[in-house]
This record gives sequence, C-alpha cells and structure tokens, in this order.
Amino acid sequence: MFLKDYISDVVNGVSSLLKGMRKTGYYFTHSKEIITEQYPDNRATLKLADRFKGEVVMPHDENNEHTCTGCTACELACPNGTIKIITKFDITPEGKKKKAIDAFIYRLEMCTLCNLCITACPSDAIKMLPNFEHSVFDRSKLTKILNKPGSKIKEGIE
Amino acid sequence: MYNQTEIIKDTTELGPEGELVINIGPQHPATHGVLHLVVTLNGETIKKIEPHLGYIHRSIEKMCESLTYRQFIYVTSRMDYLSSHINNTACALLIEKGLQIEVPERAKVVRTILNELTRIASHELWIGAMAMDLGAFTPFFYAFREREMITDIMEDTCGARLTMNYIVPGGLMYDIHPDFQTKVKAFVKQFKEKVTEYEDLVTGNIIFQSRTKGVGVLTAQDAISYGCTGPVARASGVSCDMRKIAPYDAYDRVEFDEVIETTGDSFARYIVRVKEMNQSIRIIEQLIDNIPEGEFVGKTKNVLKLAKGEFYQRVETARGELGIYIVSEGATTPYRIKFRSPGFSNLSVLNHIAKGSKIGDLMATMGTLDLVIPDIDR
Repeated sequence: MFLKDYISDVVNGVSSLLKGMRKTGYYFTHSKEIITEQYPDNRATLKLADRFKGEVVMPHDENNEHTCTGCTACELACPNGTIKIITKFDITPEGKKKKAIDAFIYRLEMCTLCNLCITACPSDAIKMLPNFEHSVFDRSKLTKILNKPGSKIKEGIE
Repeated sequence: MYNQTEIIKDTTELGPEGELVINIGPQHPATHGVLHLVVTLNGETIKKIEPHLGYIHRSIEKMCESLTYRQFIYVTSRMDYLSSHINNTACALLIEKGLQIEVPERAKVVRTILNELTRIASHELWIGAMAMDLGAFTPFFYAFREREMITDIMEDTCGARLTMNYIVPGGLMYDIHPDFQTKVKAFVKQFKEKVTEYEDLVTGNIIFQSRTKGVGVLTAQDAISYGCTGPVARASGVSCDMRKIAPYDAYDRVEFDEVIETTGDSFARYIVRVKEMNQSIRIIEQLIDNIPEGEFVGKTKNVLKLAKGEFYQRVETARGELGIYIVSEGATTPYRIKFRSPGFSNLSVLNHIAKGSKIGDLMATMGTLDLVIPDIDR
C-alpha cells in the first residue's frame, strides 16, 4: 500500500512539473512572444504615454512669452511646498503698475507629481512633461526656475 | 497599563532550555518590506511570533491632518501602494458623502473599472511574489506580463503607474484616454487566455500544493475575532465583501459573486484570490461597453469645508476593508483622521495561525496573508 502511494506521488509530481515545464519551454522556443524591453538600449524608440507625469514645465512661445499671471493658485494647491512664486511689479507703457512673476521656483526633489498644480492653474501656464531621467550629481540642480530669462507675460492674459 | 519595569522584565527574560529566538527582517527578502518578526523556536517548531513595527512609519494620519481635503488624497496612495487607486476612491467618497456632492455616472463607472483593474494588478503581483517565496521563480514574470498591461492602461489614463492620484472629490481629475476602452478590452481578452497558465504553473503544481494545503489554518471564528477582512477572511468562510455589503460607486448595478472558500488554509487563500481576479474581469466586462457619456467631474466649490461632525467610509481594497474616519471641526483641514487598514488586522492573526507549525511553513502562511508593510505601519 505504501509503495503504491509512493509511486503515484512520484508520477503525479513528475507529471505536474512537466506540465509547468511545457509552458516554460513554449516561451523558450517562441522568443517573439517575449515582451521584455531592453531599457537603456531602446532610448531611441522608447515612447512614454502623453499624460505621463514627469516634471512641471512652463511652456513659452516663440516670442519668449508665457501665460503665468503670478496668481499663486498652484502654490496654494501644492501639498508639500514644491512651488514658490516671487512676484514683481512691471510698469506698463501707460505708466500703470502691473503684477508679474519674477521667478517661478520649482523644486523637483520635493515634487510628488500629483498634478494638483496643473488643475489649479486658471490660465494653463504650466503643464506636465513625460521626462523621467532626472538623476543629477548635485541636489541643487533639481531646484529650477521655470520662467526663462527675459520672458514676459503674453498680451491679454489677466 | 504596564509599568516600565514590567516591560523591561518581559523582554530580557531568558527562555527555557532549547529555545531559540531569531530575527526575520527588517531587511529580509521574504518579508516584502521592512517587517521585523521576532520568532521564538523550539527546534524547528514555531512557539511565538512577535511582529515589530515602526520601521516605515511616516505618520500619514498626522500629515493628512495638516493638508486640505483636496491635498490629502495623494498621501493615501502611499499607504497601500498596490491598491492606491482604491484608497483614493475611499477618500473621495468620504468627502462626497460629507458635502453631498453629486458624482456623474461616467465618473462612477470609470472609477469602478479602474478599481477592479487595480485589484487584478495587486493580486497578480501577489501571485508572483507568493510563488517566489515558495521557491518558484518563473511565475513572477508571467504575472508581471499581465500586470504590465494594467500599468500601461493606468499610465495612459492617469499619468502614473503606481501612485495615480486620479480621483478627486466629485469625480475624476481629467477624462479617460481615448484608447482606454480598446486597451481594457485587449487586456480582458489576453487575461482570459493567459490565466490558465497560472493554473498550469502554480495551482496544479504538486510542490506548491503540498506546501500550502493544511498550512496556517484559520477558522471562521478566529477570523472574526481578530478582525480579518478581505481574501484572508473569505478563505475561512466569512462573508465580508464591502462591495456586496455596502455598495459604492457602480458596484450596485453589476453582477459578481463573492468568492468564499471554507477550508481556511493557505491554499484556500490562494484560490480565493485567483477566483477574485476572474470576478473582477466579469465586472469590467459588464461596464466597459456601457461607460455613459457626460461630465467626468461634478460641480464642487473651490475650497472644500466639511461640516462639523464625524464621517466614516469603508471600501474593499485588494487586501480587505479599508475604513476612513474623519472628525471635522468645520475647517478646511480635518481635525482628526484615522485609517482602519486591512493589513494591520491581517498581520495580528499571524502569531495565532503560525504557532506550532514549522519555520518553513511560515513563509507560506505569511505570504498568503498578503501583507503590505506601508499599509500596516502608516
């Protein structure tokens, strides 16, 4: 009786292992069905989703103009103080004072990429880009000023 | 209350002759995170298991109390990162209940589909990791192949692969991706074909069966008295599915079975999760063709303020029942917030069910409890 159980155990065990090994063997011989991507070598063809949240950027047009009014809605919406906006007063040609941003400071090292600043912005001045290779040798390089030097606000944006 | 001398006496007391105390973790490959188990052994037999927590405590509850009702949702993704979407849904549901915000039908249906996709992704990862705990390396890659499709869908629609933060009070952050429906359908098709591979590789495997059957048996009574929820309790025959008991979002209009096994051993917990994935596919199939048109977010005020009082919302995550309790003083931030996480109560049963078994079986028992340490130790 013991011998019979022992033999049936061995037969069952080997057959269940062979069943699993057949699956493994199938993929071994059908290399086209393997979906592994060789990441650092496939940079040329690597395409991330359009909505992938990588970092916050401020788009500028060809005249070096952006649409940020400096209303600090994004600064208030941010859960962990990633964004700091420093404002200044520009003098318009009519001689009036107008609020404008001096520096849009964005600290990538503190950002959790939660997208709350983008949804809070009333004038679509900032957006997320699908960049993900952010590593640098010095932490200070992660503190970025998003508005380009010499840029100004687009006409007609209040 | 213990006084200080008693506690010191407890920990310094030397065990009887032949007892061996070993530390598993906090950095051990089989513990899936920084869980520290102090295991007292007699030979190879486990006499006592004492989990030590606190290695990944980030005081999430206190963090949430300093953030506004819109901001604190992203923090809950970091609790149980494998079902982050469901955690976010729970927070949004609580705020919607407190403020009586109307959620559009489109948002409800999309939320339900994404929740079920999250559940499948979580169970897929669990199957891979569980098989790896027991020494099978290959199923990990098979499980991750299907999980990769889900993370791609999440990446397309939500913009992130793990910590999505796509749910906002009132609906969704932005509309679904135009390819969402076709991609989900492709996933459902592939999953149905490939799920048999798990059966061939893992379920039918004689080594896997003999290592899990009859190991770590949890009775229905103990499951209730320890507060176990989710697949752990359902494998012991306790009906505790929040999607059935207190339906939220679109769960009241879909047909699915609550998977219940009665044996309560590690193999039953495995079977419950595999069957649950099939039920999730069933829910997705019913909803994916019927996403209603319309708005994706309801009308909300710019600054959310919950009325003075107490609010509670519970949902079914991949690991069990998640409860969120908020005490509001009428301000823009919660006065007190408390999470009832499923992992904590599921971990507390470990000493009870692993006592008396061999140390080799501890990995099978612990693996099938599906512990996610940041969920236990918030």
